Amino acid sequence: MERSFVAKNPSVLVFLTILSLFTLGVTVLSEGFGIGVISTSFVKTLGKTLCLCLIAVAMDLVWGFTGILSLGHFAFFGLGGYMIGMWLMYERTRLIVVESLSQADIPPTPAEVVDAIGTQIFGVVGSSEFPLIWSFSHSLTLQLILVVVVPGLLALIFGWLAFRSRVTGVYLSILTQAMTLALALYLFQNDSGLRGNNGLSGLQNLPGVTVSQDVVSLWFLWASALALGLGYMLAAWIVSGKFGSVLRGIRDNEARVRFLGYSVEAYKLAVFTLTACIAAIAGALYYPQAGIINPEEMAPIASIYLAVWVAIGGRGRLYGAVIGAAFVSLLSTWFTGGQAPDIPLGFYTIKWVDWWQVLLGVSFVLVTLFAPQGIGGLFDLYSNQRHPDRHGANLGPDEGALREKEASL
Amino acid sequence: MSTLLEVSGVSVTFDGFRAINNLSFQIGDAELRSVIGPNGAGKTTFMDIITGKTRPDEGRVIWGEKSVSLLDMTEAKIAQAGIGRKFQKPTVFEDQSVRDNLLMALKKNRGWVGVLLYRPSKSDLQKVEDLATEIGLYLELSRKSGELSHGQKQWLEIGMLLAQDPRLLLVDEPAAGMTPQEREHTTDLLVQAARTRAVVVVEHDMEFVRRLNCKVTVLHEGSVLAEGSLDHVTSNQDVIDVYLGR
Repeated sequence: MERSFVAKNPSVLVFLTILSLFTLGVTVLSEGFGIGVISTSFVKTLGKTLCLCLIAVAMDLVWGFTGILSLGHFAFFGLGGYMIGMWLMYERTRLIVVESLSQADIPPTPAEVVDAIGTQIFGVVGSSEFPLIWSFSHSLTLQLILVVVVPGLLALIFGWLAFRSRVTGVYLSILTQAMTLALALYLFQNDSGLRGNNGLSGLQNLPGVTVSQDVVSLWFLWASALALGLGYMLAAWIVSGKFGSVLRGIRDNEARVRFLGYSVEAYKLAVFTLTACIAAIAGALYYPQAGIINPEEMAPIASIYLAVWVAIGGRGRLYGAVIGAAFVSLLSTWFTGGQAPDIPLGFYTIKWVDWWQVLLGVSFVLVTLFAPQGIGGLFDLYSNQRHPDRHGANLGPDEGALREKEASL
Repeated sequence: MSTLLEVSGVSVTFDGFRAINNLSFQIGDAELRSVIGPNGAGKTTFMDIITGKTRPDEGRVIWGEKSVSLLDMTEAKIAQAGIGRKFQKPTVFEDQSVRDNLLMALKKNRGWVGVLLYRPSKSDLQKVEDLATEIGLYLELSRKSGELSHGQKQWLEIGMLLAQDPRLLLVDEPAAGMTPQEREHTTDLLVQAARTRAVVVVEHDMEFVRRLNCKVTVLHEGSVLAEGSLDHVTSNQDVIDVYLGR
């Protein structure tokens, strides 16, 4: 029985191999270090996609394995992005300000420098004062800690309140969505201290780094790939043992787990908070590649997309979440980027920029109805896994339980 | 024989309907007891109260040598204190193997950190195999429990209860839907379990109760109508009127 973790989970090894080959391939083909077949902007797109895969892994942990359909994980993703964005913006502005003030006859006092940075950053929302939440923005270390701490704490408090009251199923989904919406609406305000609907911008420029974006884009691609690899391994390790058993038990039959003596609320809270932290790390890597973050990113629709990715990829299997996120978000980039050819029907021309969401919606419905195992189910065909025949009954009485067609023998 | 569980003067009302009415009940350390009664007599609600699922409006539920009250404890804490429950419908984790089901039930640290770091030791796996042998599922250890037959699921659930090593076992209609041979095996398992712990069996089937050969408590409209040997209660005129005479 003493087999190593990898031996018991061959999919982890396969995944890590594919991820490394992918990263290597992109590096070789890139403009920064390779032969320049892949443009820098596409490298960024791929890097961002890896971050989306990471948050999809988090979503699969919380939804696919634990049965909590959270519609709030993009709020944690966004918060992570804001936390790193604050330092990026502060430090870069500081360098610019110091540079320009050094031309003056009298060297500026530290207070003058800070004032000038404040005017630069907050001028757009009619202010020059640093709000309290920017207290640590001068320190990269502190902001990096905040990337995990702020979303983690929010998830902890929110989760504690929600799970303690035994809110489950669709009510919990609505609650998480309300939290996301409230947070987005709050950040839209100019006096929220995070520049309102302008958001934080210029995040692609790393302070003090003079190399071109061709190179920086690859740094972030590597970092994203590393984070995805580590996150995937962590998630696989979590669900492989008894903890994973308990999580799946909670998904399929929460009451039964309770009568076995497990405190369901503590487990849910642990998973919810942990996945919020993973989502935040993904966000902190995503937004420097996107270059800009604003509250629009945290709108509830983003979290709904996240659920769609995981459902299309196949819930309850980690590689399914990754495949779903990569496939759908890259396809979405292709369609909305204007690369997909329009279809002239004579009386009407289908422009994919407008019709892509309809296509996505229809495929989501079709997958849910006819192929609930999603894209990941194709691997079951290969390995000859079959559905259990349970005469239409799902695996548990709970709402998040695996459906008959999702499960495999 | 010392008292393990004492329920006294408990009442519950659901929307004006008095499901449990001033119910009192006692069970000792290693005792087998059947609880019978017509539909709606409050048998399941009675179990809900003991396991913490339902809070009574009044009354006391006292547990163990230290006489702690179960009323302030969560379901998980009550289960940890040593009360195991088997549901009417077999409820096992169908997406998971028989081994995983039993491992999850095995008496171990229930905290999430401990569980996260837990890896089954040789002796744990041995215990699981022994249990599986006892409930006749040794050959099915690696199968998903959703594939098992109805009777096998019932046994698996009884096996999970035994793995929890509870001091009190509450069993709701264990023989429902079983073939005669399966019933016999179930009887053996329960009688065997009652040698070392208290077992309460809620049952409809008189034949099954007779085979358990134990003290019987008859519930009616949420309170105890009669208590004693099966022959004693079946000759009681009240019991005949409300239950047997129907």
